[in-house]
Amino acid sequence: MSQKKINIVFIFLFIVTIIISLFSSNILDNDYFSWALNFPKSLNISFKVYITAAIKWLIDSATFGIFTFNDLTRAISWIIEQPYNIILSLVAKGFYEGQGSQAQLILSPISWIAIVGLMTTVAIKLKDASLAILTFFSFIYLAIFGQWQSSMITLASIFIAVPFGVVLGLIFGITSYKSPTAYKVINPILNLMQTMPVFAYLVPILVLFGFGPVSALIATIIYALPPMVHTTYLGLKGINPSTIEAGKMCGCNNQQLLWNVEIPSALGSIKLGINQVIMLSFNMVIIASMIGAGGLGYDVLTSLRKLDIGGGVEAGLAIVILAIVLDRMSHSYIGKQIDYNRRNLHFIARHLHLLIVLILILSTYVFGIFVDFLKVYPDSFTLSTSAFWEKAIKYININYYDQLEIFKFYILKYFMLPIKSFFISIPWPWFLFILTLLGWHYGRSKLAILNLVLLSFIIINGLWLKAMVTIYLCGASVILACIIGIPLGIWGGLNNRAYKVLLSITDTLQTLPSFVYLIPVVMLFRVGDFTAMLAVILYSLAPAIKYTIHGIRNVKPEIIDAGIANGCNQRQLLLNIRLPLALPEILLGINQTIMLALSMLVITALVGTRELGQEVYIALTKADIGRGLVAGLCVAFIAIISDNMIKSASKKLKIKYGFA
Amino acid sequence: MIKKLLSTLIVLFFLIFSKSISAVESQDPIKLTLHDWTGQLITTNIMAEVLKEAGYNVELIQADYIAQFAGLQTGDLHVAMEMWETTGRDAIDEYTPDGRVVNVGSTGMDAIEEWWYPSYMKEQCPGLPNWEALNDCAEAFSTMETAPNGRYLGGPVTWGGFDDERVEALGLDWEVVHAGTDAALFAELESAYQRKAPIMLWIYAPHWAPSKFEGEFVDFPAYTAECYNDPSWGINPNAAYDCGKPRGPIWKVASSELKAKWPGAYNAVEAFKISNDEMGQMVAAVDLDGNSVEAVVADWMNANKSRWQSWIK
Repeated sequence: MSQKKINIVFIFLFIVTIIISLFSSNILDNDYFSWALNFPKSLNISFKVYITAAIKWLIDSATFGIFTFNDLTRAISWIIEQPYNIILSLVAKGFYEGQGSQAQLILSPISWIAIVGLMTTVAIKLKDASLAILTFFSFIYLAIFGQWQSSMITLASIFIAVPFGVVLGLIFGITSYKSPTAYKVINPILNLMQTMPVFAYLVPILVLFGFGPVSALIATIIYALPPMVHTTYLGLKGINPSTIEAGKMCGCNNQQLLWNVEIPSALGSIKLGINQVIMLSFNMVIIASMIGAGGLGYDVLTSLRKLDIGGGVEAGLAIVILAIVLDRMSHSYIGKQIDYNRRNLHFIARHLHLLIVLILILSTYVFGIFVDFLKVYPDSFTLSTSAFWEKAIKYININYYDQLEIFKFYILKYFMLPIKSFFISIPWPWFLFILTLLGWHYGRSKLAILNLVLLSFIIINGLWLKAMVTIYLCGASVILACIIGIPLGIWGGLNNRAYKVLLSITDTLQTLPSFVYLIPVVMLFRVGDFTAMLAVILYSLAPAIKYTIHGIRNVKPEIIDAGIANGCNQRQLLLNIRLPLALPEILLGINQTIMLALSMLVITALVGTRELGQEVYIALTKADIGRGLVAGLCVAFIAIISDNMIKSASKKLKIKYGFA
Repeated sequence: MIKKLLSTLIVLFFLIFSKSISAVESQDPIKLTLHDWTGQLITTNIMAEVLKEAGYNVELIQADYIAQFAGLQTGDLHVAMEMWETTGRDAIDEYTPDGRVVNVGSTGMDAIEEWWYPSYMKEQCPGLPNWEALNDCAEAFSTMETAPNGRYLGGPVTWGGFDDERVEALGLDWEVVHAGTDAALFAELESAYQRKAPIMLWIYAPHWAPSKFEGEFVDFPAYTAECYNDPSWGINPNAAYDCGKPRGPIWKVASSELKAKWPGAYNAVEAFKISNDEMGQMVAAVDLDGNSVEAVVADWMNANKSRWQSWIK
């Protein structure tokens, strides 16, 4: 069939779906056909019961002979706990002799002045004075706004989670590169790790690894690991074969080839992976604090429970600041070349920065004994903008609530509710058929069978309706996120100043914990689907903007020159050259938007939505391991299906425009 | 004779000496869990201070309200000071039967959970707090999405509460909307209170909201066990749940390890009692007046010396 015919078939099928959805409730809602709308309960297979039983068995009875499974997991948490405790004591808590309330302080933590100095020096070493100034003022902000102690606790957990994530990521990445079989096993697991809502595996982790910060660290590592593996694998795969040949010709054995040729060649990708690990670890700060990580995440949560919006905003901004500083630092580290000239310098000249920092740490220690200010930033010098935020929200609330209410009403009535009724009225057998067909179109039998199996899992577990509400909520949010994000992205792609502004906005949106804006949004729009949609849009807007910018800016200049030579005006250049060529990239951006929207779902359950996210959340609050994992898997499966479809579509487009 | 006296002295000396170095059973830290609401922080800090006075080593650990049961079961955590009858019953029932987690009795506080409205709504609906007035003023409590029905903001679905069933059984022209968390619940209250707008929602006590905002609980027919189990009971002969929500104690729970390893501490936890009013005042002192939890707890310790000393006898 030609492309045109296929398009006609799909448009036809879409119209049929709309018609079916419109009339299904009239035709099917009777004793004979209602099974097609609601999968019969009697046919449900409850995987959750088996999963719960399996985990119980793992904890209580599984054994390797000499030691039990439980001993193994406890040993792992012990290994992670040791370095964590050292760093935590060093930067935040101080070293103590003894346990609990009887502990005696033997060495206080590094002074705040020394840490500011240390980070600023690192910034100078990594890049230049401008990064150093940014770092300096960021850390001073933490002190002045009274966030120091919590920030250091958060920083300590990042300093542990990131190395573990990086090393494990490298190991898995190299293994998948060396052995195609290992890749086939690891890749699907990674996809699950990336798309499964974190809440779904929190309880099992707590049970297996014990209570406290270590479990939070493990959850963070699981969440942040996949991109590291992916980038390592892709980096190694992408090495020019002739480079490897050259290494072999020089007589490298396998070990030497890996460490001296392949890894250095893939270093760019690997460093990018490290950067991703850092950013994702910061995304986990709030959730980790729910299971005992403490720090800034905990401050955000407790402030918001007291409706102290200002306190939440300040702690949230502290997270953004830390994330941005570490992100910039890791970026500079990526771009950094080794300076071989330095080797000829004198010892002191080479280690000047190190010496300065050491002197700073030691002197603040010594003088800190006499002067408290050097040791701990005094409480009386802290500022707070709390009152400002409170008043701002109150002002909007009192003066503009009615206008906002009307706006919300129209969006709900003419946009959200029609989409909702469209999705929840599609009979499941029809939806199953359509998705299998789509799978066949994009990936033949492989994708068709995958779609069929994954979707059947959702249906058999009795989560059909909640899955459709999930798709509706995500779909509506993604549509609006694209309507807002893609034009902004085009603007940023064409205009340099807009590019800079948009970049800092997207950075903030991605690292600001959603809790911070969830509560003010509830105050202005009440609980419900609309509030949830706003939160999802805010969170998932960033990739829509970023990828569009990237796509537009990366159009080859010679193609644009060719367009100009052919007499295109600016409008024609954009519509006929830039946009079509950026389309595959924009599609990938939409794909990322969908992924982020899905990962945000569990959070929206906190404002009263009724979908899979809520199912995960209920399971979490009831500590029901099986229920949480099944619902989490369903979310992951929806993500995997849409990911496959969109990536294939993007690939087809690339072939069409001659990129591949 | 002298020898005997000497040996008695030595034994006596050792008795006294050993008593003084280990007045308590073990110096390992007893781990108490902290959650994320102020009342619980206060109860836990009071308990920790009292145990410290008795010579125990204590450690406070951040943990999730329900997820902590996994830790109590394995003995990673030892004491959870607030487990509400109204929200924690399922977890208590699930984890206590095998004896690894034990219910150490009531904290002396009673949980109240019910429909609540701010006082300014009484002008528009003078029949309140009697529940029979609810239908007459449903319209006053309605919003664009629910009109002409009243809008009642219920707790997160995980709290249970049977509000949907209650509305059905009592024939109320109201729609139940569920908040996802209590933060969302109180955000809506704060927002409505600022605008003096209508709101009817699920409030629980002890909590700071009833002290910060002026208002009342709705009077439903009083809860009995039959009302929830037996449809024929109550106003509607064909439906259960035609009454208010149950009120019940706030329990303390502990790991079985507590009693085994620190029996004295177990007794102190068991003896801990405090009243709703005391707690309400302390919560307000922290959340509304901006005092620190530590300061409020220290004040309480000073004012109630004889009480807590009797717990650790």
